[in-house]
Amino acid sequence: MAKARVVVGMSGGVDSSVAALLLKQQGYDVVGIFMKNWDDTDENGVCTATEDFEDVARVAGQIGIPYYAVNFEKEYWDKVFTYFLDEYKAGRTPNPDVVCNKEIKFKAFLDHAFSLGADYVATGHYARIDRKDGRVRLLRGADEGKDQSYFLNQLTEEQLARVLFPLGDLKKTDVRRIAKEYGLATADKKDSTGICFIGERNFKEFLSRYLPAQQGEIYTIDGEYKGVHDGLMYYTNGQRQGLGIGGPGGPWFVCGKDLENNILYVAPADHEALYSEGLLAENVNWINGAPGKTFECTAKFRYRQPDRRVTVTVEDGGRAKVLFKEPQKAVTPGQAVVFYDGDVCLGGGTISLIKQKAYHEKLDFVRPAI
Amino acid sequence: MMEPIYLDHAATTPTHPEVIDRMVSVYREAFGNPSSVHSFGRKARRLVDEAREAIARSIGASPKEIVFTSGGTESDNMAIIGAAYAKKEQGRHIITTKVEHHAVLNTCRALEKQGFTVTYLDVDRAGRVDVEALRRALRDDTILVTIMYGNNEVGTLQPIAAIAELLKGRDVLFHTDAVQAFGTEAIDVRTLGVDLLSMTAHKINGPKGIGFLYVREGVRLVPYQHGGEQERKRRAGTHNVPGIVGLQKALEIADAEREQRVRHYRALRDVLLSTLEERGVRFAVNGDPDGGLAHIVNLFFPGTNVETLLTALDLSGVAVSSGSACTAGSVDPSHVLTAMFGAESEEAKSSIRVSFGLYNTEEQVKKAANIIAETVGRMVSGA
Repeated sequence: MAKARVVVGMSGGVDSSVAALLLKQQGYDVVGIFMKNWDDTDENGVCTATEDFEDVARVAGQIGIPYYAVNFEKEYWDKVFTYFLDEYKAGRTPNPDVVCNKEIKFKAFLDHAFSLGADYVATGHYARIDRKDGRVRLLRGADEGKDQSYFLNQLTEEQLARVLFPLGDLKKTDVRRIAKEYGLATADKKDSTGICFIGERNFKEFLSRYLPAQQGEIYTIDGEYKGVHDGLMYYTNGQRQGLGIGGPGGPWFVCGKDLENNILYVAPADHEALYSEGLLAENVNWINGAPGKTFECTAKFRYRQPDRRVTVTVEDGGRAKVLFKEPQKAVTPGQAVVFYDGDVCLGGGTISLIKQKAYHEKLDFVRPAI
Repeated sequence: MMEPIYLDHAATTPTHPEVIDRMVSVYREAFGNPSSVHSFGRKARRLVDEAREAIARSIGASPKEIVFTSGGTESDNMAIIGAAYAKKEQGRHIITTKVEHHAVLNTCRALEKQGFTVTYLDVDRAGRVDVEALRRALRDDTILVTIMYGNNEVGTLQPIAAIAELLKGRDVLFHTDAVQAFGTEAIDVRTLGVDLLSMTAHKINGPKGIGFLYVREGVRLVPYQHGGEQERKRRAGTHNVPGIVGLQKALEIADAEREQRVRHYRALRDVLLSTLEERGVRFAVNGDPDGGLAHIVNLFFPGTNVETLLTALDLSGVAVSSGSACTAGSVDPSHVLTAMFGAESEEAKSSIRVSFGLYNTEEQVKKAANIIAETVGRMVSGA
């Protein structure tokens, strides 16, 4: 019988390099494919995608697997980047990685791989897949510090059934060690940071190329004028750095935005306006179906935050109401809320509204009737 | 898996065993530097001279009109940049076409940044440039026309002799990139009437890293590679003696076998097309219906995606290609097909190039055609 074919999404980074190596060692018919999602050629003609593809070619050559590239620039622009800009326009702080996984890596790329006769698609994500009793569950990666299940919350059981995460049981240090042991060209390559299409560039400068920034006023939650902001899209809840305001009562933290009047609100540390008690999520995906109508579980409101205890009530239209056991700081519309039962990732959604701890007239625009 | 079938000879060709043998003997027995004053140098120099004479004879030129380069790209750069700078006091206008190889297109674009103006002529749906359009594009300050001999993606031949005729009597240099044509077209620079002509060895079963630029006697180019006085100060750098001898050998074999090769490639083309027809695949041939370069067949498969098609074919053991440009390994729509059919055309997104070579057999091509038919069928049906 022919060996099962696995198409690995190779980014030119150490994680997907080791993922490909491990699959090859496990005896699969491995094919490496580089996704080109963004044309970042700069004024000097330098394009990190070209350099990354060079690394894919080197590593695939070392492992002894064929490698190709596929261009999803159009899909990425339409599905991920447009969403990214729309969210910022709406005053929210989007998470493009979640949407990229949903629309590109585990949709467009999956389709491409299957049209090439793949039995499975693999990536270098730090997450595990549990196949038991005819169910396929998404589990946190074994490396707590690297767990990426947060970004995978929009995947379906059907997709996961044909996905492999070879790094799920490994720690990042193991992955680096394996890469070194086998002399992979990417063994010492720096991890990419931040949003992939922005990279190391200045975030503000990048965003201003696509969205008009409109300066406005900063007020404290108690109504005191504090200064001028550069445009609401540049700020996120809980943010302290880069506000350019001082004065007595500080330091100051972003606690809300009034989009209509273009006002940024700040509050001093530990002010109750920084805390919320619950949220409304939309586009909620339950990987193995919702566990019930109302149930308790844990949740993350941002990547790499510790889990918090919550009570979830499933609502119609792909929504869910989430109440926190303890008030939470800096929960931000646009970010993903992801639900867990122990190690099992139940799914997640986009935070659309938050319920402030204390009612503030000024924050009425963010205070829904939850 | 079966032995993969190589049908991408327009990209490069396997080196002919006789070429390899000649080169190995040069490496073993004539390692000298042709510019040296001693016997070792003279021995190598003799080989270079002989090669230059043989090559000049083959294309109807005189030996001093041959400048050895590292290949097609360097020849194109040397011709275009060298001519532009030599004639920049006379004018700064250059005419080319939209379907040139990137070695020509990007050189022209680079010159645009240096204050030259470039007209990129359109082509018709067969990929051919209109001589009348060229006539209209000519200006008083036009100094150079660079138009390829035969297209590397679709095989269309340009009316080189007619263009040369049009330019006769004008103070305009005429360069042609004939890199893709040498294997199947008998080239004589005198009958063609060109001033500059680029050639590379690896497209005709010669080694990589060697080619030449024909520079008609009396044409002055400004050299841009500085160093020693090799190639009459036109191209500095120690001669690639084994490469030069390899080029000579490859050209000799090509000259001797040319007609036979053309017949062979036409037969392979018939096998390819008739097999696809038998299999009921929907396809069209891009390019000149009256026949272009015999080894190139560009095929349009409606409803397919070229990137997926190429990957799937390679995984099934068929090596073909598409547009010449690759960015980060992914296939951009071919600029040639875009020029022929439009940027949003189906052809630009769903076409592949099959190119035959010396060692292809009818059996191989039939097998490859069947695999192409299956792969395309699967993609079109969406299975």
